[in-house]
Amino acid sequence: MAEPIKAFDEMGEPQAARAAYAEIARWLAATPIAQLERKRQEAELLFRRIGVTFAVYGEGGDPERLIPFDIIPRILAWQEWEHLSRGLTQRVRALNMFLADVYGPGEILKAGRIPEALILQNEAYRPEMRGITPPGGIYVHIAGIDVVRTDAAQFHVLEDNCRTPSGVSYMLEGREAMLRLFPGLCAAHRIAPVSHYPSDLLETLMSVAPPACRGLPRVVLLTPGAFNSAYYEHCFLADEMGVEVVEGQDLFVEDRVVYMRTTAGPQRVDVIYRRIDDDYLDPAVFRADSMLGVRGLMEAYRAGNVALANAPGGGIADDKAVYPYVPEMVRFYLGEEPILANVPTYLCERPDDCAYVLEHLHELVVKLTKGSGGYGMLVGPHSTAEQRADFAARIRANPADYIAQPTLALSTVPTFTGSGPAPRHVDLRPFVLSGAETRIVPGGLTRVALREGSLVVNSSQGGGTKDTWVLASDAPC
Amino acid sequence: MLSRTADSLYWLGRYMERAGNTARALQVALREAGMGGGRPAQGQGQGWRPLLLTSGDIGLLQGFGAAPDAAQIIQHLVMDRANNSSIQSCIEASRQNARQVRTALTVDMWESVNDTWGQMRRMENAMPNADDLPGFLDWVKRQTILFNGAYDDTMLRDEAWRFVRLGTMLERADNTARVLHAHAAALSIMGPGTAEDYLNWQAILRSFTALRAYQWVYHGRIEPRRIAELLILRGELPRSMIACHARIEGMLDEIATAHGGRRGECHRRAGEIHARLRFGRVEDIFTEGLEVFLNEMMARNIDLGGQIADFYLNN
Repeated sequence: MAEPIKAFDEMGEPQAARAAYAEIARWLAATPIAQLERKRQEAELLFRRIGVTFAVYGEGGDPERLIPFDIIPRILAWQEWEHLSRGLTQRVRALNMFLADVYGPGEILKAGRIPEALILQNEAYRPEMRGITPPGGIYVHIAGIDVVRTDAAQFHVLEDNCRTPSGVSYMLEGREAMLRLFPGLCAAHRIAPVSHYPSDLLETLMSVAPPACRGLPRVVLLTPGAFNSAYYEHCFLADEMGVEVVEGQDLFVEDRVVYMRTTAGPQRVDVIYRRIDDDYLDPAVFRADSMLGVRGLMEAYRAGNVALANAPGGGIADDKAVYPYVPEMVRFYLGEEPILANVPTYLCERPDDCAYVLEHLHELVVKLTKGSGGYGMLVGPHSTAEQRADFAARIRANPADYIAQPTLALSTVPTFTGSGPAPRHVDLRPFVLSGAETRIVPGGLTRVALREGSLVVNSSQGGGTKDTWVLASDAPC
Repeated sequence: MLSRTADSLYWLGRYMERAGNTARALQVALREAGMGGGRPAQGQGQGWRPLLLTSGDIGLLQGFGAAPDAAQIIQHLVMDRANNSSIQSCIEASRQNARQVRTALTVDMWESVNDTWGQMRRMENAMPNADDLPGFLDWVKRQTILFNGAYDDTMLRDEAWRFVRLGTMLERADNTARVLHAHAAALSIMGPGTAEDYLNWQAILRSFTALRAYQWVYHGRIEPRRIAELLILRGELPRSMIACHARIEGMLDEIATAHGGRRGECHRRAGEIHARLRFGRVEDIFTEGLEVFLNEMMARNIDLGGQIADFYLNN
């Protein structure tokens, strides 16, 4: 039986709403439930018509499933956002420097600030990347940093996504939907726009074109294909940027140069925004059975003839066992104190941590170091004795595969349920773009756990999304 | 444009056209079968022979034995998934290609393909019964005409449009050559011919919706040589070989121009076929032998398809 977790509500009490939510509180109080329900249906129809879908792995069922969209926006005041955005920029800079370091001189390991074995013997570490310097030294061009909030002042980074983070299309479509569904409510706020994300992305990608590129860099988006869960997003972003969506079969490498097959003959490709995993990029270097990648791609990359965004090997920076060391990276590379806190994390491979975890399973969240998408995790307070016993056995068998964190009381935001607005737990995934400069469109993707009391926001686990409004102050946005 | 995209657009055009052509051929064959007594060979399935030759499936004829059952043949042409040219297979393939390049299509175009596919799927592999078959074939023909209209009316005149059109025209040119080839014997008859021959000739014209057109062009009795001339050399008939090849050459030219004049062997060969038709005379075709001529044209069409694929679609 789930114990209700005392959580910070971002709106506050309806009678005494926090300033940023004042207008929303008024609107919710004044709008009949039936009308909200009509709007919810309208929103669903809208998303269905646009075809924003997300297939969920291993669920079978409807491959053209919609992620539920909640019509009540999540709001951040400008100061809150400024704080977040400074912290995110700092963190992503450190992550990029960390990657350049561990694939280069390895200073942080020599200084003993991170255990060498944790990095060099990690499956996510790609020895193939040693000695390659990507243009501008940038590895993570697109980062999705998952942030949770526990009270008015406290934000924590829960996870860094440095490989192929997805979800930005929901952020963009969510805003479009809100502007259509609630023009009045939108107009009553000064919402910082997000619609320039695709042009920011394109400029970021063009800014990291390899030195060999002459003239305007040709950018393509490499997708695993129409059966990938995020295929909609791939087409959407490519369309918005005006670049081709290519599959592995559309590209080939000759003399260490990447070409795409077009009706005008082979066309040289300079920058590949790849949305396929490292493992599948190049059968000559990574998985030999990959049908999705391009043979010879890594050689072209090594020769400096093509840029890959994100760079291969970024997984070592977002590995769950490396995560506890990110604040250390900030201190080591930037000589600054981290602006955004980590969540305290127990590494089960450390005997002390492991003993603590096994004793406190009922209050911890246990995660697989290799897992993502909310698969293979245990939420202690919501678990049964049987599930805990099962996890304890698994942790004892393979301690290095598990980490644990205290169960955070994620903040809640009013969310429309059949019987009216009710608080539901949320997180936030802002998208940080790093190229010639660092850019973050204000806000990001707010994910919401739609089930009452649930703390799991992943769309594969019944999560939904919300539009995220950063209220512009006098500051330009 | 990505070669893969061009490939899907081209085959979308080809398969929709092929669905319509199969329906047309069946319509005419059914009509002939319905005329009964005039054609003694029919009961034994001989009347269906040209139809199978047209769909290039002589092997099937042998597989069915000496006297293929009419119902078997119809099933093969309408609902047989093993037959790439059956109406069902063509519609499946069209939809699959359209789905691959959904964003390159206009909404009207997509809907015409998707609706056709959806209605076809609702039939769940069940053959329409004999009385509903003519209506069904009419529907298929109408859907392909709707598709042609949808893309002609709504697509931007860019590369995407040119590749769909190229597919339609090459398929149509090939179909005309095949239908004529299947009837080459009937068209090589000298002299006035029997009443049965006359029915045959009418049927050929009908399968191109060209019976009236023939009257308007020639104002006289149907003669096999004029049929051949109309369907091979007269540019004003939209399904004639020359009309199709003029468009094929035109499309290839436009594509080349858009790419700064980049040309390949497919351009030369398309021009060669078109020139052959432009300057050809029906007398010469018959001196050489109609069947010989058509055999050559069919081989050239296949070759041209291969050259287009090599240069643009899977380079």
